[in-house]
Amino acid sequence: MNLDLPLIFAALMGLAILLYVVLDGYDLGVGMLMPAADAREQELMVASIGPFWDANETWLVLGVGILLVAFPVAHGIVLGALYLPVAAMLIGLMLRGVAFEFRVKAEGWHRGLWNWLFWFGSFLASFAQGLMLGRYVTGFHPGFGYYLFAMLVGASLCGGYVLLGATWLILKTEGALQKKALAWARWGLLWVALGVALVSLATPVVSQTVQAKWFDFPRTLALMLLPLATLVAGWRVWASTGRLKRGEREFDWMPFAAAVAIFALAFAGLAYSLFPYVVMDRMTIWEAAAHPSALKFVLAGVAIVVPFLIAYTAFAYRVFRGKARAGLYE
Amino acid sequence: MDADVLLLARAQFGLNIGFHILFPSLTIGLAWILLYFRIRYARSGDPAWLATYKLWTKVFALSFAMGVVSGITMSFQFGTNWPGFMQKVGNIAGPLLAYEVLTAFFLEATFLGVMLFGMNRVPGWMHIVSAAMVALGTTLSAFWILALNSWMHTPAGQVMDAGQIIAGDWMRVIFNPSFSFRFTHMMLASGLTAAFVIAGLSAWRLLRASEDVSARGTLRTGLVLAAVLAPLQMFVGDLHGLNTLEHQPAKIAAIEALWETQKGAPLVLFAVPDDDRRRNDFAIEIPKGASLILKHDGDAEVKGIDAFAPDAPPVAPVFFAFRVMVGLGTLMLVLGWGGTWMTRGGALPPRWLLWTLAGSTFAGWIATLAGWIVTEIGRQPWLVTGVLKTAEAAGGASGAQLGASLTGYIITYAVMLIAYFVVLTHLAGKGTAA
Repeated sequence: MNLDLPLIFAALMGLAILLYVVLDGYDLGVGMLMPAADAREQELMVASIGPFWDANETWLVLGVGILLVAFPVAHGIVLGALYLPVAAMLIGLMLRGVAFEFRVKAEGWHRGLWNWLFWFGSFLASFAQGLMLGRYVTGFHPGFGYYLFAMLVGASLCGGYVLLGATWLILKTEGALQKKALAWARWGLLWVALGVALVSLATPVVSQTVQAKWFDFPRTLALMLLPLATLVAGWRVWASTGRLKRGEREFDWMPFAAAVAIFALAFAGLAYSLFPYVVMDRMTIWEAAAHPSALKFVLAGVAIVVPFLIAYTAFAYRVFRGKARAGLYE
Repeated sequence: MDADVLLLARAQFGLNIGFHILFPSLTIGLAWILLYFRIRYARSGDPAWLATYKLWTKVFALSFAMGVVSGITMSFQFGTNWPGFMQKVGNIAGPLLAYEVLTAFFLEATFLGVMLFGMNRVPGWMHIVSAAMVALGTTLSAFWILALNSWMHTPAGQVMDAGQIIAGDWMRVIFNPSFSFRFTHMMLASGLTAAFVIAGLSAWRLLRASEDVSARGTLRTGLVLAAVLAPLQMFVGDLHGLNTLEHQPAKIAAIEALWETQKGAPLVLFAVPDDDRRRNDFAIEIPKGASLILKHDGDAEVKGIDAFAPDAPPVAPVFFAFRVMVGLGTLMLVLGWGGTWMTRGGALPPRWLLWTLAGSTFAGWIATLAGWIVTEIGRQPWLVTGVLKTAEAAGGASGAQLGASLTGYIITYAVMLIAYFVVLTHLAGKGTAA
């Protein structure tokens, strides 16, 4: 059997990164929304993500791990080029990760400090991830315009995570906090819409490769399904939050599901733009791939472990299903 | 590559890995101790065990979070600081790290949620299973990372294929010559670290509230554990040393501060090694001691630094760190045995012992760090012995980038460590009464 191992690993890496973005995205989003809530609500918000955040972040380690295993040369190039945003992201993730623990145990002004660090860490990590994405898709070109573009992506990703966080809270909370979350979700959606539109328009301008791939009739017509589907998903968020706000019948998971759909679609668009490059315009997945012996060894592990991983992840989400309750850390 | 930039890259990586190693070395041992507390509660139904379990779960959760976030940093720094490492030996290092993520990280992270927050949501047996999965996950994590680390010290099982280093035999790669020694040594170090943290923080509590029955129980648990593990560790450490003599003799020469190859080499008890002039000042030696210990023959030849130069490690840090490690190991043995004796029959030990134990809370950490300095500086200038030198693996990050991010890391780690100590002393001071 002749497997296209680099392609399989590119798909696995994409899946890990998408899962990371969606899963850690909602808990980073909740972190960024903390200052908008009162002290009692903040406890519920943290309780809604407490059991999950650690496993969510593990997807990032898996994503970068696959990059390292499958495309070791690209791993060095990409992370070397993203040196400072990576450092900023890591510091952000560290601060918010430990703030989960410290904010509960601290007292007085210390508690306020850790709450602030929790917010700041969430924001720093989200913005840095967007910055990394913006630098990555443009092949790390130097130049003011490219950096401005990366900042734009950074801001958009923050908006996206706020949307995920707010819709997660709609699912996991009730009453006054859920009402607030509904309003946050709608603001987040507007932010995302603006960001996605700007990024979609700007990407072909800053990258010739992307332009050539998208504006190629008649393929363009088929590709237009992606933005159309994204519009539909965006509309689902808007409509479902509207119905929930008015107290009409609607599933409380609908806004979150629709927000996840937006991310999956945007991700598909990006994947299409990049493929087959692992370093934009410089190195394809086949050029960067590790030796088949290494890939086969890891693939065997993936095949054995992933079913268990899915099973116990499903188990954990089942254990903590339903609305979040305060006093989680008691 | 500029020597100063290389030094910055090493300083940064050393800082991160040194900070990171503290937390797994505590949580691996603590996870199994927590499982023990949890099972004691399940069997006895005694709420004191539950309170004990809950208190130490808080310490565990905090330490685990510190380990997770600094561990994520590590996974990125392989690429940012040592791209040459991945280019040269990525076909071996990559899969081992991937197996760690797949088999260990997800397991411990997911079940940690259930263990920490799910006690009232799952049946008791399921909660015990979750605690066991967390402990298993931490141990599996150590298994893979030490397989990689040992392979870097004593590479085996690799072959060349079209100019690339690949694994010819994964079993030989994983179970390379130093793996079983290093893994056992690290597991015991983790157990000792956890034992002294538990004993030390319990002693701290007893100094404030001597009537605390729960703290007396955990003090005893920590001391008995230390009494059992400390002699085992000495035995395993000795075996590990002989294994190092066989595979990395330059490291042993640095440990012994032996500059010249000689027959009937002396055992240098204390000295101030001078790496520039290649000699020891203020040396206190036992004639023929090193030959006797290492070769079991007082007249046997032992290789000195001169046999390996210029590919020899710096002597002073390895020499001193080794003595710190062994000294602390001896202290732990004395405290473990003495403490176990003095707490027999549930007796409250005298205050001076409680103070000593409280002061030794982090003895395991310091010994672990010292041991880590011995083994990692002792293999320099190699990153992978005989295969890749550290200087060849460094990346293109500029001194300014490294300096800026290093400053950021130092500040972040300092804040985290201070907060960690404050919370730990606070938790321990309140005990299970909180």
